[in-house]
Order: sequence, then C-alpha cells, then structure tokens
Amino acid sequence: MEKKRIYMDYAATTPIKKEVVDAMMPYLTEHFGNPSSVHGFGRDVKKVIDESRDKIAKAVNAKPEEIFFTGGGSESDNMAIKGIAFAYKDKGNHIITSKIEHHAVLHTCEYLEKNHGFEVTYLDVDKDGIISLEELRAAIKDNTVLITIMQANNEIGTVQPVKEIAQIASEKGVFFHTDAVQALGNIEIDVKDLGVDLMSFTAHKIYGPKGIGALYMRKGIKLHPLIHGGSQERKKRAGTENVAGIVAFAKAVELATKDVAGHAKEQSQLRDHLIDSVLSRIPYARLNGHRQKRLPGNANFCFEFIEGEAILLSLDLLGVAASSGSACTSGSLDPSHVLMALGLPHEIAHGSLRLTIGDMTTKEDIDFVVDNLEKIVVRLRELSPLYDKFVREESQHV
Amino acid sequence: MYNEKVIEYFVHPRNAGVLVDADGIGEAGSPACGDEMKVYLKIENDVIVDVKFQTYGCASAIASSSMATEMIKGKTIQEALSVTNKDVINALGGLPAPKIHCSVLAEQTIKRAILDYAKKHNITIEGIDSKILEDDVHDHGHDEE
Repeated sequence: MEKKRIYMDYAATTPIKKEVVDAMMPYLTEHFGNPSSVHGFGRDVKKVIDESRDKIAKAVNAKPEEIFFTGGGSESDNMAIKGIAFAYKDKGNHIITSKIEHHAVLHTCEYLEKNHGFEVTYLDVDKDGIISLEELRAAIKDNTVLITIMQANNEIGTVQPVKEIAQIASEKGVFFHTDAVQALGNIEIDVKDLGVDLMSFTAHKIYGPKGIGALYMRKGIKLHPLIHGGSQERKKRAGTENVAGIVAFAKAVELATKDVAGHAKEQSQLRDHLIDSVLSRIPYARLNGHRQKRLPGNANFCFEFIEGEAILLSLDLLGVAASSGSACTSGSLDPSHVLMALGLPHEIAHGSLRLTIGDMTTKEDIDFVVDNLEKIVVRLRELSPLYDKFVREESQHV
Repeated sequence: MYNEKVIEYFVHPRNAGVLVDADGIGEAGSPACGDEMKVYLKIENDVIVDVKFQTYGCASAIASSSMATEMIKGKTIQEALSVTNKDVINALGGLPAPKIHCSVLAEQTIKRAILDYAKKHNITIEGIDSKILEDDVHDHGHDEE
C-alpha cells in the first residue's frame, strides 16, 4: 500500500495551481520575447506585464504604477527597507521594527545598523505575539524614518493591528512598511483602507511559482533602487522581467483574492478543529500565538518535555510534512526568535511544531495527523528524562 | 539528513528506560539547550551487565544515546571508558555535522555514570575523575536568566 502523504507546511510554500501553470506556460514557450525589445515579440509580452500589474493592483486596491515586481518576498522587504533608508537618510536614521519579524526584515535592519549607521528599535510582543501600539508610539523619535512591522507572522500566524500602526505612522510623518507575504489571500488587503506606504508580497505562498514577488509603494514616495542596470520597473528594479512568473503571480493573486472571506472561514474551521483536537487530546501542549488574531491556516504548538525536531521527523516518517522552530531543525543553538519573543523558556520553545493548512487539507488529514501526533508525543515522553522527573514529582504531590 | 541506521535507532531505540537499582547514574546536557541524557548502569564484577537511558532531544540525540549504551553493554568499565563519541558516530554510520555534539553528550553521560558508580563504591577508576563533571560539552552560552 502506498504511504499516505500529507502536506501541512503551506506557510513554507504552496504547490502551483493548474490554472496558474496554464496561464504561465505560453510565456515560457511561444511568447518568449524580451519586454524591452521594440519588435512585436517584445511588445506582446510587455502588454501582458502591464495587464498583470493591473490585476494585482486591483486585488489590493492599489494603482498599477504603485506595484513593482521583485524576485520574491525577501527582495521586496529589502527593497522597501533599504530603499527608504537610503532615499531618506537626510530625514533620519532611526527604524522601528518588531522582534518577531521574518529574517528578511530583521537581517536587513541589522545590516543597516552595522554598516550604515542606522539605529533600530526592536519592539517586544506580548505573550500572544502582538505588539503594543503604546510602545510603538513611544518609540517614535524625531529621526524615525521607517516603521516596518509584518501584517501576519510566518511562524505563529499572529496578525498585527496594521491599520492602527499605519495611522500612528501617518500622524508622526513616518513611512510604514508591512511584510504581507503570509497575509495575502488569507486576509482582505486594501492598501488604501489600511493606509500603509509599502507592502511586500510573494507568489509562492498563494499557489504561484517561487522567485516572483511584488512591492506596493504608495505613489509619491522616493525609493533608492537596490539593483541598477536597465530602466525596468520605472528604474526601481533593473533586470529583464520574469514574464512567465509575473503572469503566474497575477493569476495566483486573482484566484487567491476571489473569495478571501469564504476561504478564511473554511480554513479557520479546519484550523480550529486542529487546535481543539490537539489541546484536548495531548496534555501539556500549548498554542503559540493569539487564539483568534491569527491566520486562518496557522496552528503552532509547543509540547512540553520533548523536542521539536524529534516530533517533526516522526511525522515525516509517517508522510506528514510540518515545520518546527526547534533549534535542532535550523542548525542553530537557540530556538526560534519568534518563540523566544513570546517569553517562552528555552526548554518549552524547543518543543515546537507548526502545522499550516492549505487548499488540499481535509478534516481526515487533520484527524490522521492528530491521532499520530498523540502517539508520537507519548513515545517521545516515554524516552524523556524531563517527563519522567515531572511525573515522579507530580506523584509525590498527590 | 539522517541515514537509515540513525533513523532505525531513533524509531526503535535499544536500552530505553530506567534501572531502578542502578549502581551508577550519569546525566549531561540541559533542557535549555534542547537535549538532556541520563544513563543508568548495573555493574557486576567490573562488568556493565545492564544499561538503560533516557533522552530528551532530537533524533540524533536519541539514536546516539541508544547506540552508545548498546556499545558498552557487557563490556568492562575500562572497555566502556574507551568508547568515544567517534566510535558512536561510526557505529551509526555517520551523523550530520551540526549533530556531532549529540554523540559527545552520549560519551559524557556514560562517563558520568561510571564516575557516579566509582564515587558510590568509593573506588578509583583509572582514566576518569571529577573533571568529567566540570566539562560541560553542551555549554552553548545561552543568556539564561
């Protein structure tokens, strides 16, 4: 019998949808022109780039000229943060971010700190992974030039109060960038209503291909380009356009934003079933991130007395793909910076597991995962000297 | 990442458990670092007649401790002391570089169990002293409060 394979790592990446592949295929084969070329081959694909830009802009209520194509989410984050920092360095050299940002944001901020004389404030989050608006307000200084706080966290799925952050930034005359890589397709995004200045997107989290993303930048903002060369993307990002990727991205956005509310409702039900099942059946398990203010498809747990990589590998041997913020998984020595920022002790943060739900996930899949997860946790706890010690101490108290 | 032997020892660990009447018990690692091992020895006439382990940690930590205990079972104390982390790695058919410390931890846990036996029985064993208790191979330098 063929082994069951269940993918529950959609926050890492998603499979490309058939409609998306169908849309991009002609631009890998017959429509191969360089969009910068004057001839008909070039003009054909230039037109489709413009159409794609229109579709993406429309999906997030932006103007087409406010959408810049990039090589993915990390590049969009780099482009926004360094682009603003370098373009407005005369205005100030202070940046505010949070401790739970993606490394594309954190490492970019650290780079500016170490190499370009910027000062960065890293805001704490509460135990549920949410920043404090009061702390944000208090952190803004005269020389603050940019606030960069993600819309939704990639590990624990926590959704930040982006509209309120944008309001504060606007009042203080500070640019606000948000990494919406995990949010697009999961939360309604209206850049005008939210009031953000810059927003990062990527295609491979919404059933599009890897290597294509976009940055929304409100009209009128200056941006120092990271890549110099040709005049593509209105001189903000040189390089021959990834035409097939752009077409695919537009199709993926179109599909992902068709019914965000309906999609979110469906996935939240599955997610809640997963969370409720795990917490009711597995003792000493905890949910990381806010119970309600979280992405529809994200569930992140810690299992006390055991270690995350061992859980992850045990699931993988059963054909279940998940993720862990365990130090052992990343090859680093400390558990995920996100879990640490929640205030979890090291020994609990080491026992983390992220299960993310997507379009292929069924209730049966979740039940299979929980049934096996329960057995895995029992097995690993039987091996654990920490659990043994805990049980002995508990029995003495009875 | 792991070879089949490591996976086999992770999924079906040998010698897992506790020896209630152990003659020597060794512990190494720390929960904060993500792995902790405990080894129990039953020693008769200088020979390790039984050994059990408990491990909190990743697959490599569980496989390393299981393999290390298997390698010392039935051996004399001196033979057990000569088992190094490299022997454990070889017996497992190799470990990924970031996981080498798991084998070091296994070696250290066994040595600590033997030292505990020596202390409890007030004997001196050549090649092992209290220094083993001071060397924490697993000090990752966490900023612990």
